[in-house]
Amino acid sequence: MIRPHNPSDLLRSDRSAGDRERHRKKVRAAIKENIADIISEESIIGKRGDTIYQVPIRGIKEYRFIYGDNAPGAGEGDGSERPGTVIGKSPGKREKSDQKPGAGDQPGVDYYETEITLDEITEILFEDMELPDLERKELRKLPSTMTRKRKGYQKVGIRVRLDKRRTAIERIKRLKGSKRGSAFEPEKEEDDRFPFHEDDMRYRHMVPKDFPESNAVVICIMDTSGSMDTTKKYLARAFYYLLYLFVRTKYQVVEVVFVAHHTLGREVTEEEFFHKGESGGTFISSGYVKALEIIAERYHPALWNIYTFHCSDGDNFEPDHPDALKRASDLCDISNLFGYLEIKPKESGWWGSSMIKIFEKGIEGVHPGLGNKDNFGIMRIKEKKDVFPALKGVLAKEKVEPEEEEV
Amino acid sequence: MAWDINDLERWDACIRERAEAYGLRCFPQDFEICDHEQMLGYIAYSGMPSHYPHWSYGKSYEKLRTLYDHGVSGIPYEMVINTNPALAYLMRDNSLTLQILTMAHVYGHNDFFKNNAFFAEKQAETARAQGRSFSGVKPEEVIGKMKTRANYVRDLIKDPSVGFERVEAILDAAHGLSLNMKRNPSMRDLSFEETRAYVVEKLFPPEDRFRRVHKQEELDEKKIKEAKENVPFLPEENFLLFIRNHNPYLTTWERHLLTIAYEESQYFIPQIETKIMNEGWASFWHWMILNDLLNRNPDSILKQRYDLQALYLEFVVRHNQVVCPLPRIINPYNLGFHGLWKPLYLLYGGEFMTAEDENLLVALEEEDRQDPFLPKDRFLPDGTRKPWQKKLREVCEEHRDMSCLRLYLFEELGRRLNLFAYGPQGDEYVVTHVLDENRANWRTIKETLIKNVGMNVVPYITVEPISYETHVKEIHLKHHFEGDERELDKEYAEKTMRYFYDLMGRRQEIVLHTFLGGKPTVYRVNQSL
Repeated sequence: MIRPHNPSDLLRSDRSAGDRERHRKKVRAAIKENIADIISEESIIGKRGDTIYQVPIRGIKEYRFIYGDNAPGAGEGDGSERPGTVIGKSPGKREKSDQKPGAGDQPGVDYYETEITLDEITEILFEDMELPDLERKELRKLPSTMTRKRKGYQKVGIRVRLDKRRTAIERIKRLKGSKRGSAFEPEKEEDDRFPFHEDDMRYRHMVPKDFPESNAVVICIMDTSGSMDTTKKYLARAFYYLLYLFVRTKYQVVEVVFVAHHTLGREVTEEEFFHKGESGGTFISSGYVKALEIIAERYHPALWNIYTFHCSDGDNFEPDHPDALKRASDLCDISNLFGYLEIKPKESGWWGSSMIKIFEKGIEGVHPGLGNKDNFGIMRIKEKKDVFPALKGVLAKEKVEPEEEEV
Repeated sequence: MAWDINDLERWDACIRERAEAYGLRCFPQDFEICDHEQMLGYIAYSGMPSHYPHWSYGKSYEKLRTLYDHGVSGIPYEMVINTNPALAYLMRDNSLTLQILTMAHVYGHNDFFKNNAFFAEKQAETARAQGRSFSGVKPEEVIGKMKTRANYVRDLIKDPSVGFERVEAILDAAHGLSLNMKRNPSMRDLSFEETRAYVVEKLFPPEDRFRRVHKQEELDEKKIKEAKENVPFLPEENFLLFIRNHNPYLTTWERHLLTIAYEESQYFIPQIETKIMNEGWASFWHWMILNDLLNRNPDSILKQRYDLQALYLEFVVRHNQVVCPLPRIINPYNLGFHGLWKPLYLLYGGEFMTAEDENLLVALEEEDRQDPFLPKDRFLPDGTRKPWQKKLREVCEEHRDMSCLRLYLFEELGRRLNLFAYGPQGDEYVVTHVLDENRANWRTIKETLIKNVGMNVVPYITVEPISYETHVKEIHLKHHFEGDERELDKEYAEKTMRYFYDLMGRRQEIVLHTFLGGKPTVYRVNQSL
């Protein structure tokens, strides 16, 4: 008996959907555990939410008793094989859980990639950083999409903006008024209808929202004289990314600038920012100088809101301190927010923390500290859960413009 | 060539007729036409119309999907399940030739399932003949049972007192242990009394011919008493059954899940054990039947309706695509067809051969003469030839891959197929043995090949008998590694032992006796993840 193909079979629910969903959930859990590795390698700052990243997944392993890598095998060849011919790659890379017992075994890499969007990565990151729910909601908001705000009511308008309540109230006013004036006296029952009139209608009045300054630029400065390991990279990138998301909720246009410096500063891409490791001296001031240059060239403070952050994991060359302080002070004056961020994961030593004191207190007789400036923030990050509190602390110091009152 | 259902039915009838003329005995065969999406779905669930849900099938599906989307593999165009009536899937988008080829191929599989000793049908028959009951699942029950199991598992998932997480935990562990079970389904299980009697009998002193001359070995009463209280009596191959029977704290539904996983394995293990033979058999018969039907001896009615020439040409191309060697791996279709069945066919008097085949035959005959292990049954006592149909049937019915290859894989074929053995060396796999002047290499290559077929790729581990007092605290697993240098994968072994530990209720430490780095090692697991 032959059963023909029934196209409506396709419309029936997909039988593997449930299992695939379950598998995806498990994969996500696995991704979450490895989020540090994934984020520390990919460029994520400034990318759109639906950017797709390939994450190689070894598959959620299905454990069984199986033979390890030293198992020999047999194969069919073309006659050219000789003892010593290489036929396959590193056994360690093979996806073992997919070894279905069967004839022969396939030497070679066997894994599959799953795709994950930046939005999903963001979600996972929020969880990892232990962001409170409210904040997550805030940060998830897309760049201000509201382009209008309300300002009172008007008598003409479109149906969509009809405010029914006010309209009804107007009608009642008119009803009462006409009763008092005794112009309206219903004699018959059917006549007691009192229909709405055009004059009753009330519509909401919307005005375009002004974005007097809807531009922001985030300037990330990093000293790259030390080497960045995965942990530090992850923490730094996570911090900058959250900062970027925050800024993005408030402004329509957000640009990101990366400045890397050792003894000289230069503008770099996101990859280089997190990858470059050079040894050599460190002049923090060089980074600040470069930042100031860029601001002077492209981001006039009157038109742009500037957020400047400096991330360091090392210390500074002593004679450079006064210069650094001076430049930092300049940056403070023109930025909405200036932050100094020190990332010191637990494993590394605690030497070199003197920069913080210097920034706070300044140097005797040479330059006052910035500790008393409102928009200067200092943060120390030791581990993942420090990231968000540090960010919050700094953001709280932002220079806030008084908002227009909403009616 | 476009086709419709009527075409398929005509061809199906003819193919079936020819198959029976050649001596194939099949279950009734149903076909279902599906598109490639549905085919992917069927493959992920082993062809079953109903199956209980588990994420591992979602993973299979995604993997297949990925491979298919990237064009790495074309979807296998046949999928047949071992039921009565047998059910096979045909892809809607395939040409008429492919459909015909698939149908003939499927009949080959059908015959194999029905008649090979390792499958349920033959075992049920044997049990009937011996007057005992068959404890497995008969082919006519398979689909019904799969459906019942699926519904049962789904109900458990919906049941608020159970819920899907607990079900998944049990199923994950059960899947991990499901392949550790009795490898040779054609040997029947001993009953409880038989087992105990067997154990006791083993402890009796051996028959001593010189008992009149010297003192006999004493019957050790104490040992016998101990043996009767060992848990288990004999080394136990079936992990899931062992757990089910020896963890008194399992709930009923947990026991049922273990049974479900066990029975599902019972269904698949014979297929694993005979993969090469089976694919070779089906390929051989599609080759035989279609050569007949399209070329040598065409049916007159079909000839009028269809352009047999065109079909035949496409058939030849497709057939060769199926049985061609794939670089550096073992292709079961190739090894089964060219390496096993065709040579046997030639050796036992098969008529249709090319000039190339004639050379092969000469070499095979020579090898047959020299190899002392081959049954010398090409000629019957009265001098006539044993017909190839008979011989092939016998081999098909009695053997599984490892025995069939061991006996019937001729060295000449090893040479023609350029078989080689490889092994790990540092980061890579390198060739270790090829067929050259050193004759001993063939032995090694053949042995290595056999080590990688059927259930030989699953490490053989048993639960060892220990006294009841010890059993309360520990369970001992023994990895039988003598004569086999392959070591267990450490990470996977540890995780699997955890599954065992969890399923036994976390009361006993699991001790695995294996070897690592060439030295006997003991792994112990006494906690969950």
